[in-house]
Amino acid sequence: MSDQEQGAGLNRRIPEAGVAALLLAAGIIVITDSLRVGIEWADDGPKAGYFPFFIGILLAFSSGWTLLQTLLGWSRETNLFSQWSELRDVGAMLLPTTVFIVAVPFLGLYFPGALLIGYFMKRHGDFGWVTTVLTALGVPLTFFLIFERWFLVPLAKGPIEAWLGF
Amino acid sequence: MDELNSLMQGFAVAMTLPNLGFMLLGLLLGILIGVLPGLGGANGVAILLPLTFSMNPTSAIIMLSCIYWGALFGGAITSILFNIPGEPWSVATTFDGFPLAQQGRAAEALTAAFTSSFVGAFFAVLAITFLAPLLAKFALQFGPPEFFAVQMLTFCSFIGMSKDPPMKTLAAMMLGFALAAVGMDTVTGQLRMTYGFTEMLKGFDFLIAVIGLFGIGEILLTMEEGLAFKGKSAKINFRIVWQTWKELIQYWRTFIRSTLIGCWMGITPGGATPASFMGYGMARRAARDKESFGKGNVEGVVAPETAAHAAGTSALLPMLTLGIPGSPTAAVLLGGLLIWGLQPGPLLFVEQKDFVWGLIASMYLGNLVGLFVVLTTVPWWAAILRIPFPVIAPVIIVICAIGAYTVHSSIFDVIMMLVFGVLGYLFKKLRYPMAPLVLALVLGDMAESSFRQSMLLSQGAVNIFYSNWLVGSLMALSVFLLLLPTWGALKNLLRRREARAYLR
Repeated sequence: MSDQEQGAGLNRRIPEAGVAALLLAAGIIVITDSLRVGIEWADDGPKAGYFPFFIGILLAFSSGWTLLQTLLGWSRETNLFSQWSELRDVGAMLLPTTVFIVAVPFLGLYFPGALLIGYFMKRHGDFGWVTTVLTALGVPLTFFLIFERWFLVPLAKGPIEAWLGF
Repeated sequence: MDELNSLMQGFAVAMTLPNLGFMLLGLLLGILIGVLPGLGGANGVAILLPLTFSMNPTSAIIMLSCIYWGALFGGAITSILFNIPGEPWSVATTFDGFPLAQQGRAAEALTAAFTSSFVGAFFAVLAITFLAPLLAKFALQFGPPEFFAVQMLTFCSFIGMSKDPPMKTLAAMMLGFALAAVGMDTVTGQLRMTYGFTEMLKGFDFLIAVIGLFGIGEILLTMEEGLAFKGKSAKINFRIVWQTWKELIQYWRTFIRSTLIGCWMGITPGGATPASFMGYGMARRAARDKESFGKGNVEGVVAPETAAHAAGTSALLPMLTLGIPGSPTAAVLLGGLLIWGLQPGPLLFVEQKDFVWGLIASMYLGNLVGLFVVLTTVPWWAAILRIPFPVIAPVIIVICAIGAYTVHSSIFDVIMMLVFGVLGYLFKKLRYPMAPLVLALVLGDMAESSFRQSMLLSQGAVNIFYSNWLVGSLMALSVFLLLLPTWGALKNLLRRREARAYLR
């Protein structure tokens, strides 16, 4: 990373407007769905959309307000959300985590967990293979003992555990 | 002295050997959670909640509340030794705690922190012991409109007292309510906002939201800040503890002030974090040597720690008596009660006497035992912090995933946890508060049903909310708090206008 890039980053207005727009969309979904199930009174009392309708209105109003404020002050906003390097660090955490979570439905919790720990120790730390492998296998094994053996709470398991006979 | 009798019975319940064991286990787990980044009181309790499903409710709540005390204690260790607040409410502790550690007075700072935590929590428990039964008796007369008014007050006070932008507070809260409404409507049985997904039928569980928002979100933030653990080591011996205790007596005014601030902020849902800052600020304002604050003044450790623990403990008072938690962690404990089939609220004190007083007794014991456990085990916890971040971070993510999975044994929940995690990161960076989101998610169904019941009672007339003095004054107070931010904005606008007129 060069010196010029230091200090460069994502302007705050983009995520600010994005989150506000997302919340506004959520508000509109709530309103339309409330209208679908009915916001008026039935014979036996208020219908199912009666209460959420107000929630949707307030959600749309408050996030619409933030969105409007952000758009009006678009060119004046100079604050950074994060520097690019910081965002890269967040990505370095978020991407492997996403891969881990996507793997869970197929492989269960234990082996993707071991892989995640192993990957991190190799990629971001300077550990030898022995330490890495022992930690990566030891931690899920400990969880296995705590959850499945002592507290009798079964966790998600995949084909590898089935092959091992659990 | 009805309360004292009940309390003694409570001690009898809490003092059994298995319960003492769970207490110790809970404390150790809690301190561990408090020390580790990304795991805090709220999500730590949420993750460990499924472990207690097979236990009886009294033992389970004793263990869970001890996890909570432990987390409160643990937060102080990282702030003083490593200048890293393990919990949001220990940020104020770093101001004077870390300078003290740098001067080689870490043991003194830690002793002061733990002792003030104990004092703050102790007086808050005293308040619970004597106020809770009164409040519960009073609340027995509440009908749906009164309950809705109390819930309204809770949510309006977030908007009125929060330091975050009011519109963002409102948006976060309404998102919580909207997520709570997803799934089957309990009154009419209609499906809302499920769009044909069977996973959505049950709605969103707030435990998943808590684990994602606070756990994954916090790890992402820590990653961004780039953690370097450069800590001081600490050894505590009895002589230093004794000396510090003798010294602490002179700060009795600070103790009283911070306890009052903390109890107030805990019962009204201000939470432990603002309480700790307020305690610190007030102590500095009242002190004669203001300059020494921030450079290693023991009083600067005492004030925020006392306030944070008083707030954290008294947050359980409205949770037990009204079913309205004063903090996200109290909300998780409430979720636990619901899972064991205990409906928090005034009736709990009538129907589940053993449980309530066992819990209150365990608060006394848990705090006392916690003080000694934490004083004797500090060096070990400091050693845990020396485990490098590349090991800690993935382990915490795996723990969060396991925690999210065990709530309903559902893989969909694990995916939702990640979504909430990203949301938590964005919310934290953009200053959307998370506590109102979580509380709205927890209380959404309750608030909706009390609102609809009130409307049924009055056949749709809003005047039921000012039909008697109690509902009326609660509602008036809510509206006042709701409008508080507008007042500030108005004043700013006027001032700017005046300034402009003056310049012309």
